[in-house]
Amino acid sequence: MSNVITDALCPFCGCMCDDITVVVENNKIIEAKHACKIGAAKIMGHHRIKAPMMRKDKNADFKEVSYDEAINEAARMLANSKRPLMYGWASVLCEVHKKGILLAEELGAIIDNTATVCHGPSTLAVHEKGLPTSTLGQIKNRADVVVFWGSNPVHAHPRHMGRYSVFAKGFFSEKGRRGRKIIVVDVRKTETAGMADEYIQVQQGSDYLVISALRAILAGQAAVVPDTVGGVPKEQLVKLVDTLKAARFGAIFFGMGLTQSMSRYKNIDNAISLTTELNSFGKHVIMPMRGHYNVTGFGQVCAWETGYATAVDFARGAPYYNPGETAANDVLTRKETDAAMIIAGDAGAHFPANSVRHLAKIPVVQIDPYWNPTTEVANVVIPVAICGVEVEGTAYRMDGVSLRYRKMIEPTHPTDLEILEKITKRVIEIRGE
Amino acid sequence: MTLKVTLITGRTINQGATIENKTSSDYQEATAYCELNSKEAGSLGKPGSHVRVKTPHGDVVVKLKENNGNPDGIAFIPMGPWANAVVDPDTKGCGMPGFKGIPAEIEATGDRILLMKELIARYK
Repeated sequence: MSNVITDALCPFCGCMCDDITVVVENNKIIEAKHACKIGAAKIMGHHRIKAPMMRKDKNADFKEVSYDEAINEAARMLANSKRPLMYGWASVLCEVHKKGILLAEELGAIIDNTATVCHGPSTLAVHEKGLPTSTLGQIKNRADVVVFWGSNPVHAHPRHMGRYSVFAKGFFSEKGRRGRKIIVVDVRKTETAGMADEYIQVQQGSDYLVISALRAILAGQAAVVPDTVGGVPKEQLVKLVDTLKAARFGAIFFGMGLTQSMSRYKNIDNAISLTTELNSFGKHVIMPMRGHYNVTGFGQVCAWETGYATAVDFARGAPYYNPGETAANDVLTRKETDAAMIIAGDAGAHFPANSVRHLAKIPVVQIDPYWNPTTEVANVVIPVAICGVEVEGTAYRMDGVSLRYRKMIEPTHPTDLEILEKITKRVIEIRGE
Repeated sequence: MTLKVTLITGRTINQGATIENKTSSDYQEATAYCELNSKEAGSLGKPGSHVRVKTPHGDVVVKLKENNGNPDGIAFIPMGPWANAVVDPDTKGCGMPGFKGIPAEIEATGDRILLMKELIARYK
């Protein structure tokens, strides 16, 4: 039986494209129209981990076990831990986040999400300066100057430019690309830079200096700016300030080029200040290019449940937050973590070797649909249904707009929600025994 | 010869498209390489040959690729386990490791590229 689902949401990146047409035959997705290469790969899926698996020795082969056995062992490992870490959460829905936070509280665990290796520093900068921002719809309808700073949407958010920021035509931007000036600031000439009207090449690690120079020029202090700043000629900086000042509606999108380079959150802090100051001239907004579709959602749920967006430590019985001390890589580097649950994120692939080395030494529970480097260092692996494809629920787009995912097909595995509920129940039983 | 560079890591579309399929050869193809501009790549070998990338934090063998968007002295490896074998684990007081801006040395090698399983096995 064939079924066509229109206006489906893509569960890959922070764009959360909501115009996907999915063709389903016999509970199998055979086509994902309009999706980009990355989104289509995610929606179409491929061979999954079939059954839960366990092993004591991490060098031994896994043995398939029942869900009850795996859940029991996962609960035992976490309940016996003094300093557990619960990491991941990017590719699950908000309903799962809520359950995860409850389990973290029960365990006295640290709960951290993938923002820790992505836009975690952006959150710190927002604490300092606030965030003059908007929805993507505002940008689509109004922006006439768009800056991508340390961000390469052609690769990381393939439909962003078409749907929201560059080519999109809106109410007051009916000319689309022709009505917009596109500026790319990066350390190498990316494909996005190749499409821009102006490319500004910054010496790696010099973004803070360049933003500071732009702020000085904007404040009328161009005389104090040296001839070259961070590899950028002063004339190019003056020209950029002129372009930004002349904008009716400017939007700055920033990526890992700012959050992962030298100065980390201070780069974003400075860029937010620049945006605020530009609002003396026209309307200007700034937005992080969030990676996984619901990484933003975790920040929302965690903030309303605990008061903090991520890297929350429940060891004291009440939420405590201090990235640099309580983020996943902080505790792994200090070798504090003595058991970890990795769910909907892949620490094995995306953490520095130093952190993975510690994960390889401690009990690890993995909850994920797919075999990945985290599986290689896991003791208990619990395969689950894919949120946003086989499970319905809520997620937050990169601009903080919440959207509801529908189920495209029936799941062949239990959901993250069911697994977390059972682990939590078992943890409470073990602690009571 | 040894080339001294600043290493950055990050997403690519093929890395993204294979991210849920990390046991595949497609994922290795999409992530286990290092891009340099053709002048600097040429000083190490032909595109497709193997290079060893060394930093104070580790070393890894990847495939050499050309990308003339890279200025002199900038090397790029897509994010993933091969890149993360050599990135800086220091979170600089804000939780974020150094995935970009790592001083690195690159040299030609005859060694093969480790499979994902073999790479992670080094940490056990």
